[in-house]
Parts: sequence; C-alpha cells; structure tokens
Amino acid sequence: MLVAVLRGAAVVLGVVTLTFLLLHLAPGDPVQRLLGPAAGAEEIEAGRRALGLDRPLLEQYVAWIGQVLQGDFGVSLAQGRPAAALLAEAWPATAVLVLLSIGLSWLTGILVGALQANTQRRGLDTSLSAVTVAFNAMPGYWLGLALVMLFTYQLRWLPAFGATGLDAEFLSGPARLADRLRHLALPLTTLTLIGFGANARFTRAAMGELTRAPFLLAARARGLVERRVVVRHQLRSALVPIVTLLGLSLPAIFSGAVFVEAIFAWPGVGQVLVQAVQARDYPVVMAAATISAVLVVTGNLLAEFLVSIVDPRVRDASA
Amino acid sequence: MLRLDRRGRIGLLVLTLVTAGALFAPVVAPVDPDAQRDVVATRFLPPLTSDAHGIFHPLGTDRLGRDVWSRLVYGARVSLAVGALAMGISLVIGIGVGTAAAAGPRPLRTLLLGTTDFALGLPRVVLLLLLAALWQPSALLIIVVLGVTGWMPVARLVHAEVRTQLARPYVEAATALGAAPLRILARHALPNALAPVIALATLGVGNAITLEAGLSFLGLGVQPPAASWGTMIASGRDTAVNAPWVGLAPGIALVLVVVGCTLLADAVQDAVQER
Repeated sequence: MLVAVLRGAAVVLGVVTLTFLLLHLAPGDPVQRLLGPAAGAEEIEAGRRALGLDRPLLEQYVAWIGQVLQGDFGVSLAQGRPAAALLAEAWPATAVLVLLSIGLSWLTGILVGALQANTQRRGLDTSLSAVTVAFNAMPGYWLGLALVMLFTYQLRWLPAFGATGLDAEFLSGPARLADRLRHLALPLTTLTLIGFGANARFTRAAMGELTRAPFLLAARARGLVERRVVVRHQLRSALVPIVTLLGLSLPAIFSGAVFVEAIFAWPGVGQVLVQAVQARDYPVVMAAATISAVLVVTGNLLAEFLVSIVDPRVRDASA
Repeated sequence: MLRLDRRGRIGLLVLTLVTAGALFAPVVAPVDPDAQRDVVATRFLPPLTSDAHGIFHPLGTDRLGRDVWSRLVYGARVSLAVGALAMGISLVIGIGVGTAAAAGPRPLRTLLLGTTDFALGLPRVVLLLLLAALWQPSALLIIVVLGVTGWMPVARLVHAEVRTQLARPYVEAATALGAAPLRILARHALPNALAPVIALATLGVGNAITLEAGLSFLGLGVQPPAASWGTMIASGRDTAVNAPWVGLAPGIALVLVVVGCTLLADAVQDAVQER
C-alpha cells in the first residue's frame, strides 16, 4: 500500500512539473494578455516583475511548490481572486456530473453486459452489441449536440446550457430542484451514454470468459439458483478486472467531462481549465492540473483497494 | 494469415470504403469543399437539393453555401491521416520501448516500465489541451501530440508478448543454431509478437481520430476553413436550429469509422487468440 501511495505521489509530482514546464516554455504571455495590445514593453516588463515572472524558472518552480505545500495556490492573474476559490466554486458541479455518470454508466453497463454474456438468444446479443459499439464510438461532444438538437430544439423539453435557469434565484425549494434536474438531464445523459458502451462491452467480455468456467458448473451442480450463480459467482469473479478498469478509466471520464462541460456551458472544473489555458492564467492552470492529477491518482488507489476487497487473493498477498 | 469473422469483414469494408473515398476525393465529391458562390442564395440548402447554379448537394450546404458532402469527404483525408500517422508514431515508440524493456538488461527494463506506468498515469486530455492551446494549432502538432501520448499501451503489450516469445523453445533452438540475439529478436520474436499489436493499433487509430475531432471542435486542432470533421461539428453546433444536417453528417461519419475500427480490432483480437 505504501509503495502504491509513493508511486501515486510521483505521478502527481510528474504531472505538476510537466505542466509547469509546458506552461512557461510555451509562447504567449499572461501579462501581455492582461494589459492588452496597447501596453508598451516597459509596462509589460514592470508587470512581469510585479508577478515574479521575471525570475529564473527553477526559482519560480520551487517557490510555487513551497506555496502549494502550505495550501496556497496563488491568485488568478485574469480574475484577481485566489485560484483555490475559483476551483472550489467549480468543483461541486463537476463532482455531481462525474459521480452520477460513473454510477449510472456502470450500473447500466454491468446489467447489459451480464445479460449479453448469459443470454441464449444470439439475436439479442448481436443487437445489443451493435448499440454498445455505437455508443462506445460516439464522441461526447457530438452525442451532446445531437441530444440538444432533439430535446431542446425539436421537442423543446430540456434546457441545453448552464446548471440553472435565469430565474433560479426566485424559485422556491421544489421548483428550484426541478430546475437543477432539468439542466442536469442532458449533460448527465451524454456523459453516461458514452461511458455505458465501453462498460457494457468490457463486462460482456469479462463475464463471457467465465461462462464455461468449471466453478460455475460446480455451483449449478450444487443446485444453486441461476441468479445466485450469476450474481454471487460469475459477477463477483468478473468484478476484479471491472473495478481495475473503473480506476484506469478515471482520466478518460474526467476528460470526457471537460468536453461535455464545454458543450453544455456546465460551470465545472473543465470549463475553468479551458478558460485558464486560453488566458495563460498560470496559477489557475497549475491548481486545476494539480487537483485533477490528485483526483485521478486517488481514484486509481481506491480501485486497487477495492480490488483487494473483491479478490481475497490480492488482499492476502499484500497483507 | 488471420481469418476474420463477419464482424471483422464489415469493419474492414467500412474502413476500406472510407479510405477509398478519401483517396479519390476529387472523383467522389466533384464540388470544391471550400467553394463559396452566392452565399445568400446557396446557404443552408437541405440535403438532396440543387442550388441556383444547378449544382446538386446530396447532404445540403452549410452557412457559407459550401457543399457538406464535399467537406465530409475532404475532411476524411484529415481524420484518417491524423489517425494513422499519430498511431504510427505511437507504434514506433511503443514497439521500441517494449522490445528494449523485454530484451534489455534488468535496470533498463525497470526504468522503461517505470516510465511507461508513469506516462499512463498522466491525464492525456489535460496534456492535449495544454499542448494544443499553448502552441499554434496545426494538423502536424496534433499528430505529434497524439502520437507521443499514445504509445504506452503498445509498449506494455509488446513487452509482455516479446518476453513470452523469448521464453519459447524455438528461441533456444535458434540460439543453438548460432543465431545472434539481435537476429532472433528481429527475425523471430518480434514478428511473432506483433499480431495482438495490430488489434490494439486499429483501436488506437479510432481513438486518435476521435481526439483529433475533439480538439478541432474546441478550436485547438485543424483550423478553418480547412475541412475537418471536428471543425464541421463545431460549425454545425452554431447552426443546429436551422441546419441540423451540418453537424449531424460529420458525427455519423466519425461514428462509422470508429465502429469500423472497433469491429476490426475485435475480430483481429479473436483471430489471434484462436491461432
């Protein structure tokens, strides 16, 4: 476990260092963007000095790491507010979207995959495969666009932009909740459907490999009900690769969220990140990259931990 | 040779058709993809109509009166080229790293595998966003960036396969016959290890095509007016209300190609396992 934590810390440090280097080596200057095209060379130089951007790169890097270790991510260059506060505001919206879609896409994915692995009807398996392959291939931003065309422009059922309506401030409890849910519907459906295809395909493969396994035959021979055989024996064995994949797919889910947030103007971390990159807002980009790296690494650790719960062999080997 | 099942043949057929369409774009789509004639008279024509100049538009026109079918066909060139070249870079790096890790001395293996695991942990899209946003966006940049962020699965697979091959009796036999280690590696172990890599690479091409379109969609990839499926979807978003076909057509093409890659990869994978 300690080794895994250390390895995770190394990945986080690597991401942070790489981001720092890329950000500072790339063309484009935040001060120039801040002051506009009318600023003279002297003003820009003064601005750079005021922000400490004229110091050697290594010095800036060490100073930044020192600050972060004290919990200080610096102040946004573009907005003049603490970077941590900007992300803290955006974080719940992303968390709601990502967590709900992970839950929903795995629930539906495992159900469909398990059904496909065990059904005797080849036609059902083939048609479900066609559906999952198609969703697996669909880019989130396009699926989102297609859903908006259907549900917003054609049917006029659901809103397509933002997390709340313009009148959200004036709504009472239940109406406000309904407003939030209506805004959540399309982004959540998009993110869930793109994950669903991959999850169902993976579950089908993992459980399909087991259909002829001797231990399932033994379980049936002992007279266990079919549902118990599938859920307690087949699914449990298949959960080891599934949970591992869940951990490994966290970066993909996060990046899917970046695109989906861009389409639906969802006020989350992805949107903050894209805007900050475009504005060369160094502190905000660094904070967002650090936090997303920590989240992804934590997710992978969590998945390893879950695998050890699901699979006694792994648990005993590491104990 | 590998024997493909029906699924694999469908995938191969789709990919062959799209590739042929892209190669023979001037024949398949006679209308210039960037041509704008009388914008007011020819914009937003629905699919299967002819404009005032008598030019037929099978998929209609966009807001500048450009032929959507032509842009789709010429956009396929960008998508396929980016996907194939990016995967090519990933293959070169991945096979190199994987082989070196499998056949090299122990410290080298530890170093290379450690680097691979580390690189796998990096959030790819965050890197892509950074790189694409920070440098001047271009097709070449996208290819390089996708290539150098996609080699890790290849390296892992090649490493595992080559090690398995090196443990086989035929390697011992070749050594006994006096073959040099490098020759055994290049002529015997590596070619035998490459079959599963084909499946992974096919999948990777589809993945790279999707990512390229995504970056172009965000305005960080291929720049307009050049036709790319990503930029077409982005411009279709702005006209989704009165001309939904502009955004739907490139998306459907994208899904078709990626489904083709997935089916082919699945079939190759199964064929390799059966062998």
